[in-house]
Amino acid sequence: MADYESHSYDVIIIGAGGAGLRAAIEAKGRGLNVALICKSLLGKAHTVMAEGGVAAAMGNVYSEDNWQVHFRDTMRGGKMLNNWRMAQLHAQESPDRVRELEGWGALFDRTKDGRILQRDVGGHRSARLAHVGDRTGLELIRTLQQKAVSMDIDVFMECKILKLLQDAEGRVSGAIGYWRPTGEFISFTAKAVVLASGGVGKSWKYTSNSWEGTGDGHAMAMWAGADLIDMECVQFHPTGMVWPLSVRGILVTEGVRGDGGVLRNSDGKRFMFDYVADMFRAETAESEEEADKWYDDHTAGRRPPELLPRDEVARSINSEVKAGRGSPHGGVFLDIASRRSAEFIRRRLPSMYHQFMELAGVDITATAMEVGPTCHYIMGGVRVDADTTATTVPGLFAAGEVAGGMHGSNRLGGNSLSDLLVFGRRAGMGAADYVEGRTGTPTIDHDELEAVVQESLKPFTRETGENPYDIQRDLQEMMQSNVGIIRTGSELEEALVELDKLVERADNVAVKGGRVYNPAWNLATDLPSMLTVSRSVTLGALNRKESRGGHTREDFPKPDPEFGKVNLVLSQPSGGGMHGEIKISPEPLLQMPDDLKVLFEETK
Amino acid sequence: MADVTMRIWRGDDKGGQLVDYRIEGNEGEVVLDVIHRLQATQAPDLACRWNCKAGKCGSCSAEINGMPRLMCMTRMDQLPAGPVTVTPMRTFPIIKDLVTDVSFNFEMAKRVPAFNPPPAPEGGYRMAQVDVERGQEFRKCIECFLCQNVCHVIRDHEDNKAHYAGPRFFIRYAELEMHPLDTNDRRELVRERMGLGLCNITKCCTEVCPEHIKITDNAIIPLKERAVDAHYDPVAWLGRKITGRKKRSADEAAALRP
Repeated sequence: MADYESHSYDVIIIGAGGAGLRAAIEAKGRGLNVALICKSLLGKAHTVMAEGGVAAAMGNVYSEDNWQVHFRDTMRGGKMLNNWRMAQLHAQESPDRVRELEGWGALFDRTKDGRILQRDVGGHRSARLAHVGDRTGLELIRTLQQKAVSMDIDVFMECKILKLLQDAEGRVSGAIGYWRPTGEFISFTAKAVVLASGGVGKSWKYTSNSWEGTGDGHAMAMWAGADLIDMECVQFHPTGMVWPLSVRGILVTEGVRGDGGVLRNSDGKRFMFDYVADMFRAETAESEEEADKWYDDHTAGRRPPELLPRDEVARSINSEVKAGRGSPHGGVFLDIASRRSAEFIRRRLPSMYHQFMELAGVDITATAMEVGPTCHYIMGGVRVDADTTATTVPGLFAAGEVAGGMHGSNRLGGNSLSDLLVFGRRAGMGAADYVEGRTGTPTIDHDELEAVVQESLKPFTRETGENPYDIQRDLQEMMQSNVGIIRTGSELEEALVELDKLVERADNVAVKGGRVYNPAWNLATDLPSMLTVSRSVTLGALNRKESRGGHTREDFPKPDPEFGKVNLVLSQPSGGGMHGEIKISPEPLLQMPDDLKVLFEETK
Repeated sequence: MADVTMRIWRGDDKGGQLVDYRIEGNEGEVVLDVIHRLQATQAPDLACRWNCKAGKCGSCSAEINGMPRLMCMTRMDQLPAGPVTVTPMRTFPIIKDLVTDVSFNFEMAKRVPAFNPPPAPEGGYRMAQVDVERGQEFRKCIECFLCQNVCHVIRDHEDNKAHYAGPRFFIRYAELEMHPLDTNDRRELVRERMGLGLCNITKCCTEVCPEHIKITDNAIIPLKERAVDAHYDPVAWLGRKITGRKKRSADEAAALRP
């Protein structure tokens, strides 16, 4: 057997965005030996793209805000498919997690009396998002990064993990991967592994996600025997850039709407008033006049319909475009220029101003932006225990976007940064508790390790074969058209057939050149996870015969109360990796205790 | 649209050369778009870093027609006609093609003594917007390291890397120095160990900063003034004599960990 670089740790954490960093800080703080592993350089993870803010019911702007209201908003936003316990912990703990960041050096925008300022976004009843202009994610990741560095946490940058390794009892005991800069393999043994690998959006053509969003954690968890839940629940953010084509999908923060921006169609009409669902009618303004009063004083009017949850807004935009009332490049208009001063826009939304000016040549203080839905976030993910983030596989934990349940079928803006902090910390705690109670030294199977290495090198041995970029492009186009924002049974069936063909093609990938920083090879090794999650999403979408949150079926346009009672659970009982059969079955949701149910009865 | 010529440096730590690629141009594209299309068609093993493709992560730094820039924020239609030359950042060792070894920066980050606030009062810290704004300007930094790349102190003098933090970390030290809550005094440290005096304020860093941070004017010059005041100011010296208080030495500042 070849000799590979090897390391031994108490806890390894795969992914160094907000959740991974926060988990590492917690586990290291417990005195454990911790490694943080990431595919890019430290500080570049997708967390930096978060713009609007971090949701926490601190009550700094509206003092009546509290965790119960935040909890209720989160559950209603998720169309009640959420793991209630996760939503509860999240709402209760996020204020402390935000304040903790200040103790580590974060500089949030302030209220007049010097407390953390909070802003409005969709679905939150109160102004709740602590923020720094529109670059909150950068502030969060940099703060956590600097904290982690000051704690001497070992970081393995530009290191791709291929597979989790397990001992004879099925416990997760390590991982195998390679260094991207050298192409050399590296193995880890560990008493516990935390997945904090983010999302899956790179499998769609128009996405806000970077190259890293290939679902490695989702796929590796399922390959190791863990359950995934509700993978059909994918969020298409209502406002991505649509023009120029090369920047299509890049995110436009929801903060634009929170700060007064409105959506208009080609007739100049604020069309969102036509799309208020019954569930939200009681708390949504009926006229532009009423809506406009609300921005300055939330008691003077009800919320503008532009601030409905993201799934509602994305579908409405889609309908307007379909009805022929879209903008020249197939989106709608997001107008803040006519509603706020140039000075206000530049101060509150500096990076949006910059982004449109540089990339589209559009001055957002003078003209409206063209926007349309873009694949943004997956609510579904690895099934975890709320309190410990433990998956169904011993020794394996998951936090952040890779974990499922917290957001139900649709995530509210700002709830992802708070999710990272709350459950990143809990993953660190859960893993540390597990490590302290674990007996024996972790062992890994060297034959299995060697098999993974050899499999990953096969693309170099094929003289002729498929270009991995071609497979990626075809996958993205197929997922965009067949498993996009609006789905139907026949297209989903077709997608499964297409995915089988793509898997076959992925088996025949050929790569030229060496292993040193070879992006074609790096992509070839990402394809198995992209294909595994794409299949999971498609299967979930086919089996959930209703429309709920981020999952919309043209052939089942209404929510079905029976489907509202179940998670769709995916697993690979016989293994097989990218080729393995995926089993899907409905399982009842976790039952909410009566004292929390009361919160929903009052408003019915 | 017409074809464009991309003249890209290909090679590794042993050497390399500029290679020309002809490819169709598309409306509205940035340099990174064209590089991606080259990877997908003509040059699958062409190495470059990128993540967000929106000017927020600072991964895709390179030198475009000799100018240090982010590839994702440089529009093709704003470059002069003719071949577009893309080369790696020159200050850092080459790994492959456009990818350089930027670990120098991560080593310098480790040397920054951590933020050290007093315990939080009930209900959290209070700070005024006007006080946090000074630090917020520096916290816009996306760590693209273009300022480090362009700084002649290390670009032209490799041996200075041992004792020169560079503009990226001078703004970090300035941010901590101006942070309303921080209690550590790093002025001796930046003067003695981080090479602040080597900067002769040519403002190259400010010029290339994609976040438009006024690195020289708002961070380095105030930091120089504060470091010099702490070290040489006779009034401050007399004050310390009378009150018996000492300034914090570089060692003391470096040792402080929360």
